[in-house]
Amino acid sequence: MLHVDLRKAVGDLALCVAFDSEGPVTGLFGPSGAGKTTLVNMIAGLVRPDAGRLALGDQVLFDHDRRIDVPAHKRRIGYVFQEGRLFPHMTVARNLDYGRWMAGLPHDSAEFARILAMLDIEPLLGRRPGKLSGGERQRVAIGRALMLKPRLLLLDEPLASLDPARKSEIMPYLVKLRDEARIPMVYVSHYARELKRIANVIVRLDAGHVSAMGGPDVLSKADEVAFV
Amino acid sequence: MLELTPEEWTAIRLSLRIALVATAVSLPIGIAAAWVLARKHFPGKALLDGLIVLPLVLPPVVTGYLLLISFGRRGPIGSFLYETFGIVFSFRWTGAALACGIMAFPLLVRPIRISFEAIDRKLEDAASTLGANAFWRFVTVTLPLAMPGIIAGTLLCFAKALGEFGATITFVSNIPGETQTISAAIYTYTQTPAGDAAALRLVIVAIVIAMAALLASEFFARRASRKLHGD
Repeated sequence: MLHVDLRKAVGDLALCVAFDSEGPVTGLFGPSGAGKTTLVNMIAGLVRPDAGRLALGDQVLFDHDRRIDVPAHKRRIGYVFQEGRLFPHMTVARNLDYGRWMAGLPHDSAEFARILAMLDIEPLLGRRPGKLSGGERQRVAIGRALMLKPRLLLLDEPLASLDPARKSEIMPYLVKLRDEARIPMVYVSHYARELKRIANVIVRLDAGHVSAMGGPDVLSKADEVAFV
Repeated sequence: MLELTPEEWTAIRLSLRIALVATAVSLPIGIAAAWVLARKHFPGKALLDGLIVLPLVLPPVVTGYLLLISFGRRGPIGSFLYETFGIVFSFRWTGAALACGIMAFPLLVRPIRISFEAIDRKLEDAASTLGANAFWRFVTVTLPLAMPGIIAGTLLCFAKALGEFGATITFVSNIPGETQTISAAIYTYTQTPAGDAAALRLVIVAIVIAMAALLASEFFARRASRKLHGD
């Protein structure tokens, strides 16, 4: 279970978000500037909250009052960024292996092969990120986060930088990821249709606050056109 | 006419040794200084920046003189180093390497600092989420991405160290076999009757070494850049 109760002042925005989610896929929905990325950055440990508490299962990752703040590199939370952020100086194979190497995990060739097959990225192993298409880059970024064997996977608008054709290329992989990987996920998007396909719990953010929470029916028909 | 004499070979070997040692010792310090200047904000940062650039704008003789009075046998640092570790800089090739390293330091730091500043910090965040602590983030992401700047800085430092004259001759003099570099030898030959041929030979050698270093740097910088942007 993901327990979030965090506060953070970012410029004019006073972010104050509290929710508990059993997942497995929690969708964070809201317009640009609602604080979605800041929230996932706090969950990942990249941004320090001003106050509050964050727990994943029975592990407390942040507790302001008890002065607990597990650093990002020890949280074991996979993060797929909007723009991929693959390391340009490493091949795809080395990008994929980076998390396992840094976390000191043993090489698991069966898991490696399973992720390569699920995301269809085996033919890309010897290439460098500069020679990948946008869709390929995002598939590799998802694979890289999965190789870490994360306890939670954060996906921050993973389709936003892609054109419509690439989006429909990636979507089936994301559905497969949800059904096969069995890793709790937080999926950020301002596209209601995308979230309806992926998430089973929706948290709606408006101006830094949770304005609604529930199943996919939290998202109305109006939302499907509002931010597209 | 083109055959080098043993004295000239000595000056060439000594110059290469001094430039290589000055560059090798300066490099880790230069990388650390560039990183601090690119990433950290602290009181006195402008002063540190100014101190690093100072040898570039001061007359070299002034830098040499400051080295002489501080690192000389009777200078505060020089006497401490001699009494504590038995290290002597004045009138030794090690002193020449120190002078060259200090004179070349600003040229080493600047391109590395620019490279650090240009790195997308989001890649380091990505490395954090993948389990890399600050040390491993620096070694596996920051340093390789700054490689073109590190190569450029290293070449500039080596070239400057190879050609340094004013600070070196002031600090360690012009002793054949100990502190007489190519530049100092050329200067000596120009002051000697019938020394023109020897001076010309060393001028040619200096041009060849500089060109070779330039070509090597270009090759490695291109390779590093291809690694970052190509396939």
